Amino acid sequence: MPQNEYIERHQKLYGRRLDYEERKRKREAREPHKRAEKARKLRGIKAKIFNKERRNEKIQMKKKIKAHEEKNVKQNTEKVAEGALPVYLLDRDVQSRAKVLSNMIKQKRKEKAGKWDVPIPKVRAQADAEVFKVLKSGKSKRKAWKRMVTKVTFVGENFTRKPPKFERFIRPMALRFKKAHVTHPELKATFCLPIIGVKKNPSSQMYTSLGVITKGTVIEVNISELGLVTQAGKVVWGKYAQVTNNPENDGCINAVLLV
Amino acid sequence: MEVDSPSCIQAKFKSDTGEETGSPLDLPLNITKDQLQLICNALLQEEDKPFLFFVKDVEITTTIKDALDLKTLNSEEVVEIIYQQQAVFRVRPVTRCTSSIPGHAEAVISTCFSPSGKKLASGSGDTTVRFWDLNTQTPLHVCKGHSNWVLCISWSPDGKKLASACKQGRIILWDPSTGNQIGKPMLGHKQWVTALAWEPYHRNPECRKLASSSKDGDVRIWDTVTCLTLLSLTGHSKAVTSVKWGGNGLIYTSSQDRTIKVWRADDGVLCRTLEGHAHWVNTLALNTDYVLRTGPFHPVMDNNAYSDDKNVLQQRALDRYNAVCQQGAERLVSGSDDFTLFLWLPEKEKKPLARMTGHQQLINDVKFSPDTRIIASASFDKSVKLWEAASGKFITTLRGHVQAVYMVAWSADSRLLLSSSADSTLKVWSMKTKKLELDLPGHADEVYAVDWSPDGAYVASGGKDKVLKLWQH
Repeated sequence: MPQNEYIERHQKLYGRRLDYEERKRKREAREPHKRAEKARKLRGIKAKIFNKERRNEKIQMKKKIKAHEEKNVKQNTEKVAEGALPVYLLDRDVQSRAKVLSNMIKQKRKEKAGKWDVPIPKVRAQADAEVFKVLKSGKSKRKAWKRMVTKVTFVGENFTRKPPKFERFIRPMALRFKKAHVTHPELKATFCLPIIGVKKNPSSQMYTSLGVITKGTVIEVNISELGLVTQAGKVVWGKYAQVTNNPENDGCINAVLLV
Repeated sequence: MEVDSPSCIQAKFKSDTGEETGSPLDLPLNITKDQLQLICNALLQEEDKPFLFFVKDVEITTTIKDALDLKTLNSEEVVEIIYQQQAVFRVRPVTRCTSSIPGHAEAVISTCFSPSGKKLASGSGDTTVRFWDLNTQTPLHVCKGHSNWVLCISWSPDGKKLASACKQGRIILWDPSTGNQIGKPMLGHKQWVTALAWEPYHRNPECRKLASSSKDGDVRIWDTVTCLTLLSLTGHSKAVTSVKWGGNGLIYTSSQDRTIKVWRADDGVLCRTLEGHAHWVNTLALNTDYVLRTGPFHPVMDNNAYSDDKNVLQQRALDRYNAVCQQGAERLVSGSDDFTLFLWLPEKEKKPLARMTGHQQLINDVKFSPDTRIIASASFDKSVKLWEAASGKFITTLRGHVQAVYMVAWSADSRLLLSSSADSTLKVWSMKTKKLELDLPGHADEVYAVDWSPDGAYVASGGKDKVLKLWQH
């Protein structure tokens, strides 16, 4: 191991070689050639590593050059920001809200037809066998008329159970959901909103009435806390959203608001 | 056993400024408002002027009997009937959107009618100022010159110039007849301009001086001919939010440093600092705002007696100002982020006349009615509240908006009030019933700016949906 800074000491005492600067300049001038040769010769993993390093180096270099250029030329053309605000709102933190949602008539018409322009147009049909599990009952388990829903369901507030004898479908408590994570596509923000109801399950009308939520199901969510307003100045509270994940696998409902 | 209630009372008339009129009269209790009006007109030797009558702060709407509490009435006593004269003309409520004019490429931030009510201008986030033709309801001129959002615009009191200020702190004058720029841009503010105020017409009919307040805490007074700063009023330690040029040569400024300062306009000396608010002061209103704005133009009468002589016009403006400002002092009301309003007599004293509490959110806009009797305040708590301008007493709350109320505007006859809100509607409120008169939906997004023309014929509104809407009866 070298002891102390003996090289610096030597330089201080005796100075450098007389041709030091010359040699240094030449070495630096030779550097690109050496590097190019190396780049040509390297093969395999070594080439890969070398190229990656070289690429990063170049990126850094370009960034530095650009920064220097910007420093020299003073920018005087400031871009006009979008989303102009009046004076009285300039000092206040106003969240950017998306424009008021589409006009009501169009939506009503769609509602009547039961068709929406949805983010996920084609959904795999859910077979009955997949959604319902047959429960056997009776003393010798001969009867098989009872079904248990094996998907996520939404059960309304005012639901009361029928007597067990007439209860054909069981919706397990563990798979009942009240809230959904709804993304507003224009705001690019996600909110946890209460579900109002299941509007349509594309697989079957029966699933809709049972409140089964699978991927592609259109649900109605309560968006009153987002504070969107209609043209007439009323707060919008119910809006449709389409489920984008498989809730039974994930344990949560993710949905996109239909604007 | 039933006590016979008296059928007559002794009454005398008194104006709302406290002058007694005529000698006490014997009036039957079932005398109606219309009959009272006839008597009052006869006593004052006027012809067919509309009045409001009050007995012990209760308005007489049908007969005297309904307004008086007969049980506590002392029939020996002389009842004082206070009368308030109302505007002779009537402004009809705006009911429909006559045109929605697209043109601006960004949100419309400010709209303003000229003092005569014949011209309209608007400023927008697309950096342009636009003039609109009211007769055909079409675009007239597009004025490019600013390099950022045009935050505020203001007509000179003679209606021959329009000043606009942008977010970069630059102020430009425009000629409304050609749409060309007048003079150089006025540079000096380091941050955006928050408000503009012209020198009142009766002080100087040349309309040369302009005051501007800025976010950087300065107030500057400009000479609009040379386009140079005459005075720079520094003293506020934070952003100045509003500036008003009073009719007696004083400038009032409100600031986020919680104070209101009163300056002498001629030499820029600080006269008074009004303290009381506990948070940002957002807005100011003078009881003379309407006369100062309209200057020599009377909404009804002047149309046939228009004159070009500046001295005549100045005298006319002065007469109108003196008629409104009878007690010789202007009143100032300020609205703040601490949810309160203060009523001041800024020419005389530092102490507030009244503190008006009741709002549950910050107050964004406050306006005196043109007859200076009522103050309307718009707040982010979704309500508009009405206050008596003389005492600061609470009158009523107007509820109906579902989101923050941004601006209010009075009709010229003070019988109607208009409010604009973030819920994309305008609402017209009747001052007679203190209820909602009309709901005006139509905008697709928040309404940022609204103005009722000084002659009451049009309402212009602009907002985030980039269109300018005109409303008419």
